[in-house]
Amino acid sequence: MPQIAQLATTYASQVFWLLVFFGLIFFVIGRGMVPKVMATVDQRDKQIADDLSAAEAARAAADAEEEAWRVQENKRRAEAQALIATAKAEAASTTQASLDVASGKIEQTVSAAEARIATARDAALTEIEGVAASAAQDIVSRLAGLSVSAEQAQGAVKGVLANG
Amino acid sequence: MAEGKVDPVHQFTIEPLFGTDHWSIAGYNIAFTNSALWMAITAIVLLVFVGGGAKRQLVPGRWQMAVEGLTGFVDNLLKSNIGPAGRKYLPYVFSLFTFILFANLLGLLPLALVGLHPFTATSHFTVTGVLAILSFSIVLIVGFAKHGLHFFSLFVPHGTPVLMIPIIFPIELISFMVRPFSLGLRLFVAMMAGHVLLEVLSGFVISGTNAGALTFGIAALPSFLLMIGICALELLVAGIQAYVFALLTCVYLNDAENLH
Repeated sequence: MPQIAQLATTYASQVFWLLVFFGLIFFVIGRGMVPKVMATVDQRDKQIADDLSAAEAARAAADAEEEAWRVQENKRRAEAQALIATAKAEAASTTQASLDVASGKIEQTVSAAEARIATARDAALTEIEGVAASAAQDIVSRLAGLSVSAEQAQGAVKGVLANG
Repeated sequence: MAEGKVDPVHQFTIEPLFGTDHWSIAGYNIAFTNSALWMAITAIVLLVFVGGGAKRQLVPGRWQMAVEGLTGFVDNLLKSNIGPAGRKYLPYVFSLFTFILFANLLGLLPLALVGLHPFTATSHFTVTGVLAILSFSIVLIVGFAKHGLHFFSLFVPHGTPVLMIPIIFPIELISFMVRPFSLGLRLFVAMMAGHVLLEVLSGFVISGTNAGALTFGIAALPSFLLMIGICALELLVAGIQAYVFALLTCVYLNDAENLH
């Protein structure tokens, strides 16, 4: 086995050149290049994390904006509903008032007319009585040749009329 | 090499290259060997791979994604084993994991087809041992620097009855001291066994084919089919062993960092 057979003559050379080349690798690659590579990786990871958190923040802001908009929209809608309700109530009360006025006027007219009718009827009745009384006076004087006083005729007519 | 004769451990032989035999520092020979060459290739391939992906673009391309996936994988490993404090070990554990992984995979490349002989540096315990000692030393340094002598309480698990402490303490201490050996030997043995197995099977294919149609049918062909499966398995082992080495380093670092 050359590893043992040549040990005495080659160990110094082996150790020396290993230390030379391993030292070269350690100082040039391990201490020189690897930290740079890792720094690049870390920087990239950091950038990705930052971008992700920025995106997250933007999403949260958009959500908040939407929520605010929704609240405002709801408030506006409630305001509009209230406005409509007020207008409706106002219109209803106005209508009610004008209806009241109109119905009052109508009532007045109707009662006035009724009074007129009653007056006219009374007048007519009085006239009929009068006519009937004079007619009865006439009839009595013609048929019986009796002269009846106006009061008598009238009393008789009233009695007949009252009986129907 | 004689025809039909394949030495399964020849692939682990270390040969000085480019006439650098005599290079030495303070009496220690530091010849630039084929092992050193493949460690250098590992370092260069790794440098090209990570360098190509370190473009720092916010929207990564495919290459950058691959590199970021690898660093992210090691980072997750540290995070899940040590916690947020594990980030500071990323350069070390990443270097460890990728060096072992690339060395393992490069050693498996079928470059012999074009005349090159890949060498698996991680199949030598002189290499894996140094890596294991490095990891173990870091654990010790971090542990004592962070907790001082309190670090020894690592050897007395929570809720141990006082009566049991004299027995538990040496057991835990031994299991702790064995860690660098198990760490280094596991990788070395796994890589060597795989390569030896492939080499032995390829020896069967060569000698079986040379010996005639019958042995080709009963030995060479089944061996070749087995080799295909084992090659896939070896690719898996290359990844798993690198992962195990890095994972155990993380687990041991967790002991030092968090102490129970």
